[in-house]
Amino acid sequence: MSSWLSLIIYLVAAPIVGGLLAGWDRRISARMQSRQGPPIFQPFYDVLKLVKKENVVVRRSQNYYIFFFLLLVIFTGGLFFAGADLLLVIFALTLAAIFFVLGAYKASSPYSFIGAERELIQMMAYEPMVLLTAIGMYMVTRSFAVGDIANHPTLLVAALPGVFLGFLYTLEIKFRKSPFDLSCSHHAHQELVRGITTEFSGRTLAMIEIAHWYENVFLLGWVYLFFGSMPGLGVAVALLVFVFVILVDNVFARLKWQAALKSAWLVTVVLGFGNILALAIFFPKPATPAAAKVQPVTPTQLAMPAVAANALNTVDAEPARRN
Amino acid sequence: MNLVLALILVPFVIGSALLCLRVDSLRIILAVGAVLAVCCLSVILAMGLVSIGLNDLPVSAHSINLGMLAIEIAMSLYLIYVGVRAKHPLIAVLVLAQAGLMVWFELGPGAHTAAAQNLFVDQFSVIMALINGLVGGGICLYALGYMREYHEKAHREVPDRRPLFFALLFVFMGAMFGLIFANNLTWLFLFWEITTLCSFLLIGYTQTAEAKRNALRALVMNLSGGLAFALAIVWLHRKTGNIELQAMLHSPDKALVLLPAALLCFAGITKSAQLPFSSWLLGAMVAPTPVSALLHSSTMVKAGVFLVLRMAPIVTGTKVGLLVALVGAVTFAVGSFAAITANDAKRVLAWSTVANLGLIVLCGGIGTAEAIWAGVLLIIFHAVAKCLLFLCVGVIEHKLHSRDIESMSGLIVTMPRVCVLMQIGMAGMFLAPFGMLISKWAVLKAVVDASPVLSIFIVFGSAATLFFWVKWMGKLLEVVTPHPRIEKELDLGESIALHSLAVATFLACLLFPLISTHFILPYVVGVYGPTAAVMSQGNITIMIIMMALVMLFPVTFLNYGRGVRVTDAYLGGANVRGSTHFRSSADSVQDVAIGNYYLRDILSEPWLARWGAIGSAALLTAMLVVAIL
Repeated sequence: MSSWLSLIIYLVAAPIVGGLLAGWDRRISARMQSRQGPPIFQPFYDVLKLVKKENVVVRRSQNYYIFFFLLLVIFTGGLFFAGADLLLVIFALTLAAIFFVLGAYKASSPYSFIGAERELIQMMAYEPMVLLTAIGMYMVTRSFAVGDIANHPTLLVAALPGVFLGFLYTLEIKFRKSPFDLSCSHHAHQELVRGITTEFSGRTLAMIEIAHWYENVFLLGWVYLFFGSMPGLGVAVALLVFVFVILVDNVFARLKWQAALKSAWLVTVVLGFGNILALAIFFPKPATPAAAKVQPVTPTQLAMPAVAANALNTVDAEPARRN
Repeated sequence: MNLVLALILVPFVIGSALLCLRVDSLRIILAVGAVLAVCCLSVILAMGLVSIGLNDLPVSAHSINLGMLAIEIAMSLYLIYVGVRAKHPLIAVLVLAQAGLMVWFELGPGAHTAAAQNLFVDQFSVIMALINGLVGGGICLYALGYMREYHEKAHREVPDRRPLFFALLFVFMGAMFGLIFANNLTWLFLFWEITTLCSFLLIGYTQTAEAKRNALRALVMNLSGGLAFALAIVWLHRKTGNIELQAMLHSPDKALVLLPAALLCFAGITKSAQLPFSSWLLGAMVAPTPVSALLHSSTMVKAGVFLVLRMAPIVTGTKVGLLVALVGAVTFAVGSFAAITANDAKRVLAWSTVANLGLIVLCGGIGTAEAIWAGVLLIIFHAVAKCLLFLCVGVIEHKLHSRDIESMSGLIVTMPRVCVLMQIGMAGMFLAPFGMLISKWAVLKAVVDASPVLSIFIVFGSAATLFFWVKWMGKLLEVVTPHPRIEKELDLGESIALHSLAVATFLACLLFPLISTHFILPYVVGVYGPTAAVMSQGNITIMIIMMALVMLFPVTFLNYGRGVRVTDAYLGGANVRGSTHFRSSADSVQDVAIGNYYLRDILSEPWLARWGAIGSAALLTAMLVVAIL
């Protein structure tokens, strides 16, 4: 499938899939709590209703940050599904999240301020593991390009079991589910009111919802990458992971941010870094052309007329003469 | 005409002239003229408009060497005097050791060794010259207005020694040019020592007890690096019989020059304030802001990483290189975490400088082609953005009389212009798609290719970076209690410097593909032979699309305040007088106050600094031992 085609499919289908996933989320959660639960399409009804509501703000510029949050989340997912560089995808995701946090700061309300601080702590908690995941994938496939990783012939999870588990742990934080729904919770028992989203309403709140749909589809897409060589299994595992996240959400109470931060880092070091260490020790990198180019140069190469010599580089180094 | 020599000498001459000028208006004319001259000369050099005529020295190299030896001795005598007066025997010992070594060398074994090439220019030195000329020049312009306000309003208690101050700024700049272009290591050493002396005098400018103490600490640490430098020269001459940087780099037997390279890396690490030597740079913030900006962005610390990056082709792939990289990696992680705990704006900036320099040293230690590419890019982006930030903090400090980040709440209303400039600088420091992120991408790739284990320091360090920058950005945006706007935020010199640096932050990001193909890649190819482009065209395109997206952000403000209803913030339903006060449970009216997290219960700055220093000291010792064996 060409990268343009998958990009367009993502842009169109992700909000639909994401919205349906959110609907199922509420339905499954309800069943776990012995409730009937809303219709599957409830998230869409909610968003449509939000769009029609009045837009109430505390600071006049706060909504612009959220608009850019949505824009950049879509951009991030777009990069991912177009098969671009995984590190750039992470950086774009971080940029999006920062706009979200800045919007909450801008709102200048105590609740959204603390929500923003907690969101930042959560970002600090998951960022190392997310980067290590990209690094682990690079060590196996020798490429950061999502396209290359997805088409790699071996099953990535076989070489990266620790990284996969660590990634699942941080996924709990990214999905903003208990025990890590510190910055804003979709459960009723929230000491921060609605935390980071307290002061957003109407169309802007709808944007945040849609951004989360896009984000969730992108994150499940990343889970799929671990199983890229077996597409059927990949989709199945991604859906299983989603159900697992919902189960954890309903089973666990919320952690304090200290515990969230420390546990996430512990998991990162033990599972994520342990896995990378094992890879580095037992499977040193193959001799690829990429490796050859970083070898120290030989004197013959130096003696070559410098390919790059421009008008400036007129001076050739000569060995010193003894007078 | 010898362009390079002019670049070195103009600041020295102007500096000496400024020492005798007490009239403010004359000083401004002279300084502005000098800054313009230096900027033009470095741009001419970069464009390659005129041939540079390197060997075109006005007097014989031998007499220059003798003159330099005389300056060297005079400086040593002064420093010994400083050491004795401050009752600081270590200074005297260090100065005696290195000066004795150099005098013995110049008159004894090295007396008949002439360098074939005393000065040298390549693309890397051109980049450094541009940074030094343009950023350093900007700082000098800024300092003109800043120091007037400093002495006439903000700090009347400090004795006005502006002639000395400006003389030192320009001498510093000249020494930095010398350091960049010197190929003869004894010349390089002299300029190296001049920067040490200038930084000592500038840090101690206010002559308070704290300033004196911190200046002495900076002196001791940099002198120990100087001693390593002197040892490197003597050892290099003993083994290879020459004292030229380029000859050393192109030495056919890398093992032969490994020890001098390790010693020079050590010198670079002291000067670039890596752990365990970071405390001198943190202490340097007692000096007026232009000094901090100069030390942190264009000179001094950049001299350290310049030397480490120069040594990269020799140390790459060796244990020495790995240990240098580890020192950088540890410093990056420790510096980033320490910055979280600081609420003094200058201290946050200082830790962030230490951390970013750690990243550059890491690149130098790894020493592969892509690592060097990343390292040079880091130097460029860091210089511009960090300078902008320091200068903004200086302005804010004068207006708010505080450097506490918590006191910067609502700055977007009180000082909107400075606040926006500051946001640009911060974005330039850590946010995609700005410069530092491009470099961080390259660093990660280089590290994973060379030794993936080091990546653990980078991933944790960059997570911490994110935290302390964003919470500061948020603090600047948040407005709980609006205050009136401060009149006249900036004077002319400050305004020119700040705005051009902000534009430079954007331009450096937009033009970085050009900078890369015209300067950095040719340099890397010159050192390592033909290599593939580090960053693919596709990735560059993505970066530029992202940049365009972010630059659209200000456009949304055209819609400011339309279609929304403004209300008070939610205070649990107990709002009193809008959203600035609330009724507490004890029925009293309380102010709303919100503050950032500093995570001091799980991170302790002294603990981090102490154990980071112990760890890096062990690594450095191991590096020297490995190099000797």
